[in-house]
Amino acid sequence: MNAVTKLDAAKADTVDNIVSRFAVPAIRCAGCISKIENGLTGEQNILSARVNFSTKQVAVSHLPDLREDAIKHKIEQLGFDAQILADNPLAEEKGGTDKLIRALAVAGFGMMNIMLLSVSVWSGAMGTTRDLFHWISALIAIPVIGYSGRPFFSSAFMALRYGRTNMDVPITIGIILATGLSLFETMTSGAHAYFESVVMLIFFLLAGRVLDGMMRDRAREGISALLKQTAPGAMVLDEDGKTRWVTSKELRPDMRMMVAAGDNLAADGVIEKGASNFDFALMTGESEPQHKMSGDLVLAGTLNLTAPVTVRITAAGEDTSLSDIARLMDEAGQQRSFYVRVADKAARYYAPAVHSLALFAFIYWMFAGVGWHQSLLISVAVLIITCPCALGLAVPAAQVVASGALLRKGVMIKDGSALERLAEADRVLFDKTGTLTLGRPVPLNLDHLSLRQKQVALALAQASNHPVSKGIRNALLAGDITPANLDAIEEVPGEGMSASWSGAHVALGKPVKLEDHLSCQLTIGDEHFAIELQDDVRPDAVSTIDRLNQLGLPGTIISGDNAASVAKISRAVGLTAQASASPQDKLHLISKLSASGYKVLMVGDGLNDGPALAAAHVSIAPGSASDVGQQAADAVFTSDSFLPVALAVQTAQRTMQIVRQNFVLAIGYNILAVPLALTGMVTPLIAAIAMSLSSLIVVGNALRLNGAAK
Amino acid sequence: MSGLAILIPVALLMGLSGLAFFFWAMRNGQFEDLDGAAQRVLIDDEAQSATAQDDDKMDEKHDKA
Repeated sequence: MNAVTKLDAAKADTVDNIVSRFAVPAIRCAGCISKIENGLTGEQNILSARVNFSTKQVAVSHLPDLREDAIKHKIEQLGFDAQILADNPLAEEKGGTDKLIRALAVAGFGMMNIMLLSVSVWSGAMGTTRDLFHWISALIAIPVIGYSGRPFFSSAFMALRYGRTNMDVPITIGIILATGLSLFETMTSGAHAYFESVVMLIFFLLAGRVLDGMMRDRAREGISALLKQTAPGAMVLDEDGKTRWVTSKELRPDMRMMVAAGDNLAADGVIEKGASNFDFALMTGESEPQHKMSGDLVLAGTLNLTAPVTVRITAAGEDTSLSDIARLMDEAGQQRSFYVRVADKAARYYAPAVHSLALFAFIYWMFAGVGWHQSLLISVAVLIITCPCALGLAVPAAQVVASGALLRKGVMIKDGSALERLAEADRVLFDKTGTLTLGRPVPLNLDHLSLRQKQVALALAQASNHPVSKGIRNALLAGDITPANLDAIEEVPGEGMSASWSGAHVALGKPVKLEDHLSCQLTIGDEHFAIELQDDVRPDAVSTIDRLNQLGLPGTIISGDNAASVAKISRAVGLTAQASASPQDKLHLISKLSASGYKVLMVGDGLNDGPALAAAHVSIAPGSASDVGQQAADAVFTSDSFLPVALAVQTAQRTMQIVRQNFVLAIGYNILAVPLALTGMVTPLIAAIAMSLSSLIVVGNALRLNGAAK
Repeated sequence: MSGLAILIPVALLMGLSGLAFFFWAMRNGQFEDLDGAAQRVLIDDEAQSATAQDDDKMDEKHDKA
């Protein structure tokens, strides 16, 4: 359609090109697509570029000698912030949904064709015509059941092998019995075959699974676009003075890596040459940079802010200090895997009840003397009529509608079980920095500056990666300020920015920490002005905490920060707080609360919250959180506002209400239909109508959740 | 009655070809980027060297649409 993929076929055949993926969250319109694709395909060594608008990703096919960070730089030159996407750890299960969709398509095909034949049987086809139609139905149904039924058969088989039972066991028994009986009926020229009911049952149940899988994929793609890959690799300085690019995985201790200002560290190490400020926000969640010089230890994942340094690697890959926290999280996450989802909980009671009912019907009719054939027909009718359609479809339908509604409000729920656990939560713990607060300094008094001062401040601030500079820059850019033209801009580590502006000396001094805010001095010639900055509480934090309280979740703050700054925030939002808590302290508090029967919702962002996020009954992280935080959390919200946390809890509670209503509807339908089946009055026609009707009612009820996130 | 011998195979064949087409579309990545397909309609082929101005025009067009 548009000449965007200028893939030179001959070139692509002879060279083995590689594909790199980048997350570009700022893609918003058609203009962005053409700008990126045309801009990149014009470059040397790039074969093709393709934007995926839905996932906000760019796939670039390029020659091996072009490095990923060079492409990233090119995308940034086009005016878009880009992140290199590693092989996404969350996308492992991708492809599972595709398989289910294929099975669903096959079941849909089978269902429609068999229904075509069944309708003519129900309208009165007799004798050889009926037998022929039954035979054709069987020929279509058996391969379709074999293909589309596999997800249920394999899951039921796995459960039985480990001596457990789940939803899929009664489904599988029902499918096999009904298919076998229908086949027997067909061979003996019987009146009733249930092929269309069996295939329809599979179709509806698969629809539920597909919805569940699509919801998970959608959230995972959204979150993977947010993940900031800490560092894809580093420039390594060899003994002979040459430099080469080495990926994170291949870094080894004692290599020396050169880290430019603005780069993340790919491994732990000791500074050999140079001195710089480092942003430890990813590790500690606190945004104040720390000054490190030759001989000091720096950690993987920290950001080098001001000057280039050479670092001798002490630990790389799995051995970095990150791995301790990863281990804590693994252990903490164990108990969550014991959580039983609501549909499986219901199946525990439902399956034995249905099976004994069918068995009871068989035994009763045997004693009544209608013969084993008629008795078996009746008991299969009972199995089909009580098919757990409502359980299989009602829960995922409700959850997918609810998560869609939440997604529009900027909350990504990772899976259905997260919604179920969110609805059960009855206590909430907040981290402070980056969670209750924005986690970045925001200037307070820029309005007092003249336009000229603003322009100079912007020009100085945009040349630096320091969080304070970023805060000033963002605030000024939001006010439509254009930067002044400065000469000789220089960043002095530990001092700040300086430059000359039409001959006058201008400078933006390093921030000084005062009691409750930061202050940094703007100098223009002889004028001095102090810009004050503060890490502000998120908008709507107080009203969110009120709403959570009303929803039955009283809150507490638990923070790694010092008592004074925690006390200030806890006064501002009206909560009790525990300060100076280590990751272990947070974990301990959560296990203490769980032991006394509370279901804890943890809201946190930093790497230090990772274990707590994994250990809590359910957890939410902001989109600005560390990768570890986002991967450990059950839900991620992308806005600055804190309100999505309350919306998520409220929607989860509404969802569980709808799920319970759906169960009641399903049971009500069974109370009507089962007596019919038990008395032997259910024909395949009645079974088909009842099944589709009950599924429609249940889905319709779930659609009411569309406006739940308000 | 003899009509059935033609009609049933025809119905099955049409269903199967629809199924095959759907499988092909899935494998070919037709459903990978549904929102993007909607946006790509708006890209002008002439606007190859997308400058900032072209971009603005594109936005206006987008807004009007």
